[in-house]
Amino acid sequence: MSRLWSTLLKCHLALILGFLYVPIAVMIVMAFNRSPLYELPVVWDTVWFQHLVSNDRLIDASVNSVVLALVNMIVATMLGTMAAFAFARYEFRGRSLLQLLLFPPITIPWLIIGTSMLVLFFWIGIGRGFHALLLGHVALSLPYVIIVVGARLKGFGPAYEEAAATLGATPWQSFWRVTVPLMAPGMVAAALFAFAVSFDQFVISYFLAPPGRTTLPVEIYSAIRKGFTPEVNAISTIIILVSMGLMLLFARFYKFGGER
Amino acid sequence: MSVVEIDRVEKRYDSVRALAGVSLTFADGEFFGLLGPSGSGKTTLLRAIAGFVEPDSGEIRLDGRDIGHTPVHRREIGMVFQNYALFPHMSVHENIAFGLSVRGERGAAADKRVSEMLALVRLAGFERRQPRQLSGGQQQRVALARALVTRPKLLLLDEPLGALDKRLRQQMQIELKQIQREVGITTVFVTHDQEEALTLSDRVAIFNEGNVVQAGKPLEVYERPATAFAANFLGDANFFEGRVEAPGRVATELGALLTNDALPAIGEPATIAVRPEKISLLPLSAPSRGESNKLQGRLTQAVYSGMSTTYKIKLGDRELTVFEQNRGEPAFAAGEAVRLEWSPAHSVVVKP
Repeated sequence: MSRLWSTLLKCHLALILGFLYVPIAVMIVMAFNRSPLYELPVVWDTVWFQHLVSNDRLIDASVNSVVLALVNMIVATMLGTMAAFAFARYEFRGRSLLQLLLFPPITIPWLIIGTSMLVLFFWIGIGRGFHALLLGHVALSLPYVIIVVGARLKGFGPAYEEAAATLGATPWQSFWRVTVPLMAPGMVAAALFAFAVSFDQFVISYFLAPPGRTTLPVEIYSAIRKGFTPEVNAISTIIILVSMGLMLLFARFYKFGGER
Repeated sequence: MSVVEIDRVEKRYDSVRALAGVSLTFADGEFFGLLGPSGSGKTTLLRAIAGFVEPDSGEIRLDGRDIGHTPVHRREIGMVFQNYALFPHMSVHENIAFGLSVRGERGAAADKRVSEMLALVRLAGFERRQPRQLSGGQQQRVALARALVTRPKLLLLDEPLGALDKRLRQQMQIELKQIQREVGITTVFVTHDQEEALTLSDRVAIFNEGNVVQAGKPLEVYERPATAFAANFLGDANFFEGRVEAPGRVATELGALLTNDALPAIGEPATIAVRPEKISLLPLSAPSRGESNKLQGRLTQAVYSGMSTTYKIKLGDRELTVFEQNRGEPAFAAGEAVRLEWSPAHSVVVKP
C-alpha cells in the first residue's frame, strides 16, 4: 500500500515538473532544430541564432529591454530601499495605511494597470515613450523591492543603528556604514526582482511603448502575430536562460539574507 | 569625569506614565544601578539619558548642561546594549575603531587606541576576529571596549550581563567593576537581577511604576528598605501588619513585635518587614538566644539548596520564610514545632 502510494506521489511530482518544463524544453529543442516547420527528427543546428543576429528589430528590442530593466532596477531599488527604511525605522502618520497600499498593485491585473497608466500619461501629457515605460515599470517593481528590503530590515532591528549613534555616528554615517551593509543581501535580491519584473513585463510595455521602439516581449508578440518563426524560439531560449539565472541568483541571495 | 542630574523627568506613552517625574543624581565616577521589574521605567530612563527617548518634561543635565534635546550622536556617551549589537559585518578591530573613524580619527593613533582598549578588556590579539567567532563573554568585552574607546563622559549599560550564563556572569561582574574603576567613568546600568544590582552598584535606585521607590547604597537599601515593595523586590521579606501599641512596639495578629525603628503615633497602623536570614530557627527544647522577638510555629517545608536551606513555617494562617546557613547543624524536618527569634534591630518599619 505504502509503495503504491509512494509511486503515485512520484507520478504526481513528475506530472507537475512535466507541465512546468516540457513546453520550455520543446521550445529550446526547436530553437536548435533546423526545420522551420518543427519536423522530426531534430536536426541539430544553430541557424536560428544566426538569423537572430541579423534581425535588427529583435536585437533593438532586446537592447531596449535590457537598458530599461537596468535603469528600472537602479531607480526602483533606490526608491524602494528608502521607502522600506522609512517604514521599518520611523514612526509617522499613515504608516500602516501606506504599507497596506503596497499590496493591491501586486494583485490588480496588469491589463488594468496598463490601461490606467496609458490614460493617465496621455491626460497629463507625457504620452508614451521610454520615460513612460520607466515610470510604469518602477511603479510596478516598487512594492516588491519594499517588501523584500523591508523583510531584511525587520530581521535585524534598530539596535545596530542605535549603537552607531551612541558611538558618535551621524544618521547619514550610520545609514551608509551600518544599515546599508547589513541590508545589502536584501537590496541585491530586490534589485534582481526589479530587473526580472521589468524584463519579463509585456502588458504594460505593450501599452506604454512608443511605436517603432518596443521591448523584447512586445516585439516577440508582434513577430508571432505576423507568422511564427523559429527565431522567436531562439530569442526566447536566451530570455529563459537569463531569467532563470536571475531567479537562481535571487534565491541564492535571499537565502543568504535569511541566514545572517 | 562627569555628574549627571535627572531632574523631574516625565515620559508618557498614551495613558501610561513610564517616568512619573524621576529625580536622581549620579555622582562623578559612580557605578549606579537602576533596578526594577519590567515596565517600571528603568529602561525608559536609561534610553532617555542615551537620547533614544525624549522626555515630555524635566531636564537631564550632564555636568550642568541640559542634554535633553541633544541628538544621540553628540551626547558623548558610551552604551553597551543588551545583546551587544556588535556590527556583524565588521571585525573586532573595526567594531572598536568605529567610534574613532566616524570622528575622522584613523591611522596609527587610532590603531594604538584600539589595542589599548583590547588590552583593557583582556582581549589583546583578537583584532581580526569576527563577532560571530566570539563567545558571549568575549562579545560583551568587545562591546565594552567599543563603548569606551571614544572616552565618553558617561557609560550606559542595558542589562549588560543578562545574556550570559550564571558562572560567567559572576566573573564578568567582577571584571566589569574592575574596568569601571580603572577608567573611572560614571556608569549607569539597568538590571532586573537584584544580586547583580547589589554586587555592581555603588548606589542603586529601585523603580516601580515610573517612580523611584528608594535610592541609596546597596547595604542601606537592603538592610533598611523604605517600602514593602523595596523590601520584596530587593531580596525576600516577611511582613507583619499591626497597630502601634507603644513606642517600639507593634501589636500584630501574632502578638506584639519589637522594633528599634521610629514608629508612627500610637494607634496608627504599621508594617514591619523582617529578612528571612535574620530570623533564627530553634527547636522548642533549645534554650532561647535571648532575642526579644519570639514566635512559635510548625515547619511545613524545607528546601535544601546546598549552602542554605529555605524553611516555610506556618503560624496560624500565616506562612513565614526563613533561610538558614548550612553550618552542618542537623536540619529541621517538616512537621516539627519550632521557635523563631530575631532582634528588634532587624524589624524594619516599612511603608505599605
